[in-house]
Amino acid sequence: MRRPELHARLLVAVAALAAIGIPLVFWTRTPLIHARLADNGGWSPAVLHAQAGVPLRLRLTSDDVVHGFAVGQMATPGVDILPGKVSEATVTFDKPGTYTFYCTRWCGLSHWRMRGTIEVTGGNEAAVASAAPPLYVSLGLDLDAPHVASVLPSDEPKARLAAAQSSASLAALQSAEYYRAHSPYQTWQDLRRTHALSGLSDRDLWNATASIWRSNTTPDALSQGQRLFSQNCAACHGEKGAGDGVFAGDLAAAGAASTQGMAGTGNMTMQTPANFTDAARMLGASPALLQGKILRGGMGTGMPSWGPIFTQSQVWDLVAYLYTFQFNYH
Amino acid sequence: MSRLELTRNPPLVAALKSRYPQLVILVLMLAGYVFAIVAGLIGTPVGSSNFSIVFVWIAWWAVLILAAVPLLGRGWCAVCPIPLPGEWLQRGAVLGPSREKARGWNLRWPRPLRNIWLQSASFLLLALFSSVLLTTPLVTAVVLAGMVIAAIALSLVFERRAFCRYLCPVGGFIGVYSQAAPVELRIKDKPVCVACEGKPCYNGSARGYGCPWDVFPGGLTKNTYCGLCLECIRTCPHDNIAINLRPFAADLEGPSARLDEAFKAFVMLGSAMVYAAVLLGPWGALKDAAFQVGTRAWSIYAIAFLAFITVVLPSVFALCIPPFGRARAFRQRFSRLATALIPLGLMAWVAFSLSFVLNNATYVLAAISDPLSLGWNLLGASNLSWRPMLAFALAPAQTLALVGGVVWSAHITQHAAAEARVSPIPVTVYCLAVAVVLLWLLV
Repeated sequence: MRRPELHARLLVAVAALAAIGIPLVFWTRTPLIHARLADNGGWSPAVLHAQAGVPLRLRLTSDDVVHGFAVGQMATPGVDILPGKVSEATVTFDKPGTYTFYCTRWCGLSHWRMRGTIEVTGGNEAAVASAAPPLYVSLGLDLDAPHVASVLPSDEPKARLAAAQSSASLAALQSAEYYRAHSPYQTWQDLRRTHALSGLSDRDLWNATASIWRSNTTPDALSQGQRLFSQNCAACHGEKGAGDGVFAGDLAAAGAASTQGMAGTGNMTMQTPANFTDAARMLGASPALLQGKILRGGMGTGMPSWGPIFTQSQVWDLVAYLYTFQFNYH
Repeated sequence: MSRLELTRNPPLVAALKSRYPQLVILVLMLAGYVFAIVAGLIGTPVGSSNFSIVFVWIAWWAVLILAAVPLLGRGWCAVCPIPLPGEWLQRGAVLGPSREKARGWNLRWPRPLRNIWLQSASFLLLALFSSVLLTTPLVTAVVLAGMVIAAIALSLVFERRAFCRYLCPVGGFIGVYSQAAPVELRIKDKPVCVACEGKPCYNGSARGYGCPWDVFPGGLTKNTYCGLCLECIRTCPHDNIAINLRPFAADLEGPSARLDEAFKAFVMLGSAMVYAAVLLGPWGALKDAAFQVGTRAWSIYAIAFLAFITVVLPSVFALCIPPFGRARAFRQRFSRLATALIPLGLMAWVAFSLSFVLNNATYVLAAISDPLSLGWNLLGASNLSWRPMLAFALAPAQTLALVGGVVWSAHITQHAAAEARVSPIPVTVYCLAVAVVLLWLLV
């Protein structure tokens, strides 16, 4: 073979192999975490590993729409993941355990299924204390039992209109323990049974109940609750809490089409997001009951489990905010 | 008609005769082509950020339609890397002719298929899936790889560049539109060719290969099937091959009577109209139907697409042709007059591509900055946000292109109608109506 021909062949072969080999080398050396719609696979990989105390540097990319990344129960702010772009996030875990990372953007109907876990080892594993059971467990509440208030206010209860004569009688009902374990309707009943308040009208007692609920939260907590609601709940439950978020229609359609409804059409309505403006439901629900529904999620419905995501404080802030769909605190 | 012979310039002739400049360009193109396949396979599935989609369907397409075809005709074919691997296997060499015997079966291409019907079919086949092809990197990678594999396979079975000449979906329309380009490869002196022994330009010699495009340069009157591969410049023992600058559309002054070429004109014109509606139009249901391959909506879209291009457009055009004489004569008149659609079709693609390319040009810089979607920022533009470019000039430029296309087609119609001995008015009105529809769709 003549030398020019040999050189030409080498040139062609090297160019073709370089065009294959160089990208493959960089590609294999740059592991990315891929975010996809849950129906298309969700996170890949969905299980990560880290060492306690050692920063975990992650490079994330989206293969379809805008997603977000955050780790549950961590203060680290979330990052947006744009389609085809690479975002970076660094998380450091103080203690070992299993953490949940999740999508923070309303990416689709199954957005809430976009979850993964981070297995954190090392550190002082013996020092990890087992968490106390949540209140709804301690109280033995049945989260799926009906909770309907049989007496309802004629108009929106206003905390500022609580009658002066009721103030002295409210002290016993204003503790956090009482507030969390009782529904507004139970509180209203307790107030009705209080002899000193026998002269007050039903409306006055509902205003007093609103006052008790207001006294168990703060403007900051309500603001935090509102932020969490907008970010995580409003897509299904609606900005006004009426169960008419942008995904509500799709959820209903998915419920109608799903095999979960084999027992009958009644089960299909389980796909309908809860309506927090429904006074009968909300005034019959205690904060502990709502805590349980948030932490556990709505088994078999589209309601996700937020236990691995929210801190205890965040859950109580969110619960407090949900009651603003019934009570006027202004 | 006046011509300016570029090959009177000795340094240029030397550069064209040498295989090295072309080889270097081919190798660069091959590397880019292979890289585009790899990027399509391993890069992000997000089309607007994937190098293969952006590089092929925005950057390459812009260069091809807005510059290469209108100005150089088959200039792209001269540096296209697709036939390179197959020719290496077929010839047993990358550079000049080797002493090795040709490999493969080296069969002649079947006579019934020596036309561009298959190229029209392959283009339509891809066009049916264009919404997926233009947005899905994996599909683009598979199609790019498939074209190389098909070229290799045909090189091992048939002689010369059978894939380029008879099957390539791109080569077909480049050939038809190259007739409008101001560049041509022709012989200088016909008697020299007539007297030439052995016809090495067609049969090959120690200096080079016989025409890979299966064309005898001595008989060239049109650009359509000359791939500008430059082999005949190297093999001609009499230096009788010239590359000329000439007026635009010189080939179209003598309209073709071939039905396959006429059909190609309808395929391209109709495709430009459908693409303008699907890719740039405001109809979401139409976009969904074109994208959801395999669904009922897509089947309806596919049938409508094929019917519009192969039945509606030609049928309406046929109404513009006087029906006197025998069927064969009518077919020839039809084909000759369809030549008039070539300038309008080319300008329709220019107008469509202007919109497509200027609207998506920002993706090119971003994709080059991060070609594998690994978070690189080579040019500092990987996070460039999308914005249309030269938006103020788009509508005037598209209008100019389409109006120019109508005028140009009307001019060609005069020649074709005179040759076919019919009135040019109906075909001119047809071109005008098509241009109005395109203006409505694009501007």
